[in-house]
Amino acid sequence: MDVINLTKISLTALARNKGRSFLTMLGIIIGIASVILMVSLGKSSTDGVKSELSSMGSNMIMIMPTRSMRGGVDMGSGQSLTKHDLQSLKKNTKYVEYISPSVSTAAQLVFGSNNHSGSLQGVSADYLDIRKYTLKSGIMFTDEHTKTNAKVCVIGQTVVDKLFTNGEDPIGQTIRCGRVPMKVIGILASKGQNGMGQDQDDIVLAPYTTIMTRFSGNKSRNNFQMIFASATSEEESEMAATEITYILRSNHNIKLNADGEYDDDFEIRTQEELLSAMSNVMKMLTILLTSIAAISLIVGGIGIMNIMYVTVTERTKEIGLRMAIGAKRRDVMLQFLSESIILSLLGGIIGIIIGTILSVVITTVLNWSLVISQGAIGISFLVCVATGVFFGWYPARKAANMDPITALRYE
Amino acid sequence: MENEIIIDIRDLHRNFKVGSEIVHALNGVSFSIREGEFVSIMGTSGSGKSTLLNILGCLDTPSSGDYILSGTSINSLNKNQLSTLRNRKIGFVFQNYNLLARTTALDNVQLPLMYNSTVSAKERKERAIAALEAVKLSDRMDHMPNQLSGGQQQRVAIARALVNDPVIILADEATGNLDTRTSYEIMTLFQELHSKGKTIAFVTHEPDIATFTTRTIKLRDGQIVLDENIEQQSAAIALSEYEKNMKHTDL
Repeated sequence: MDVINLTKISLTALARNKGRSFLTMLGIIIGIASVILMVSLGKSSTDGVKSELSSMGSNMIMIMPTRSMRGGVDMGSGQSLTKHDLQSLKKNTKYVEYISPSVSTAAQLVFGSNNHSGSLQGVSADYLDIRKYTLKSGIMFTDEHTKTNAKVCVIGQTVVDKLFTNGEDPIGQTIRCGRVPMKVIGILASKGQNGMGQDQDDIVLAPYTTIMTRFSGNKSRNNFQMIFASATSEEESEMAATEITYILRSNHNIKLNADGEYDDDFEIRTQEELLSAMSNVMKMLTILLTSIAAISLIVGGIGIMNIMYVTVTERTKEIGLRMAIGAKRRDVMLQFLSESIILSLLGGIIGIIIGTILSVVITTVLNWSLVISQGAIGISFLVCVATGVFFGWYPARKAANMDPITALRYE
Repeated sequence: MENEIIIDIRDLHRNFKVGSEIVHALNGVSFSIREGEFVSIMGTSGSGKSTLLNILGCLDTPSSGDYILSGTSINSLNKNQLSTLRNRKIGFVFQNYNLLARTTALDNVQLPLMYNSTVSAKERKERAIAALEAVKLSDRMDHMPNQLSGGQQQRVAIARALVNDPVIILADEATGNLDTRTSYEIMTLFQELHSKGKTIAFVTHEPDIATFTTRTIKLRDGQIVLDENIEQQSAAIALSEYEKNMKHTDL
């Protein structure tokens, strides 16, 4: 019996039991669809986070203060980065291109009868270059503004939409931030949400000196909450981080402790680290979801085996007849094996289609970029064939080992 | 000039082990069937006729003795070779038809040729159509078994037995599930096939069915007790007389 005849025999046998064949396939369909869905959602979200992070500036470096100890006394956290640090970093680094301190304070923003609760970021002019913001109109404040604690600000699109509801040009207008009137001199081009769902346009930028001196809500007049820097290139961000570490350690007089470690009172994070941490989490998540999907695939395979066993018993007479009219053991074996392979393969193909459609729908709804993993599709395909062979083997052997005389008499 | 010998059996024994006892289902059976014979094999249950039929059909092999089917000794064949032999040389007709459910008459008839890779799909179909024409069912080719009467189903089964052009048709109680009238119809069909030169071995326990054959072999306790040529009755005449009688009693 050749392959065409074999496939024909198996297909007609399956077609005779359409309902049951479909239900048997359902396990495989769900299994494969969920594998495809999980893998492509995992990949899509990883890719999304990656591109998000690099849009924030792949050579960005964040310096954050941590809990500091001075002579055995706990100084609390957030006190370690000073103007002196900023100046020495500016002067002494080779691989740092831009640097900007960051202090923030919450304030009620008011213009006319509109108000909006927002946060003010005190930064320097470099901030735009580090965070990859661009101006839509107006200008960025300069070092001159910083020196004079000027009451000027640059605002994001969300703030514009909230405060300037009558279509006024915000440039040149004065908004009140808490009790401080600030003149709008620039508007940032919209960046949308970041990977964590934060609105990057809900922002008011002002010279850090202004925030530190004019806003009483700010805890300290000397310390920064953070320093943003950017390395001269992505490759040099590690070098830049090392450089910054040396300078800050010498500024803060941090020496090796008894354990041979440094009790740093600051922490440096490069974008690269963040990226790899993020993608590790995503990878774990993908593996987890994929293994759950794989379990459902095994369950589907057992479903096939179960039905094949029932089928073989139910069709004992048919097997007897086929043997009587000339089917060899191998023919019977191959017939049932190919039935189970066709079941799982067909289920797999339907599963791949459904999984792909679901991936498209979900990524469209979530506004993610779609990544369909060809690897996952290929592996699913192989797994289906393997499932068919593996779970069809024993039932098929049972059928092939029947004695035609007994099988023909089976009622 | 006598016809060629198709089946030649010499001193056939078949023993089964039931528990610790050995049962001699066939105990020294010898006979031969020539081409064109229509033989009925009779016997009560337990007489060994089923065992004999299984061996004749190459489904089983004898414990001892020789069986030569159209020149081939089956004693030396393995299971695969027996399968091929069944596929090429034997046509089976069973008591309960054994048609594949939800499969058209045409596909049912094609089935034996599916296991013969020397027959192309086109030839397979043509031969199946010819076989269905021979049993006068060419208008029912696309019917499923459940759309056919018992007699029609048995005729599909006979067409299936004819399709591979076997040297012998083995019928196992082929009229056992049918009423008298349909039995006569089926026997008429068998007689027609016989008159066209087919060799038929017909296992039955009904004596009146056996009268439609040309020779009777009677088995008892695994041995032949009677083997004689008989005067063949016409099933067609029996059928018309039966119908006449039925009409009579109806009135």
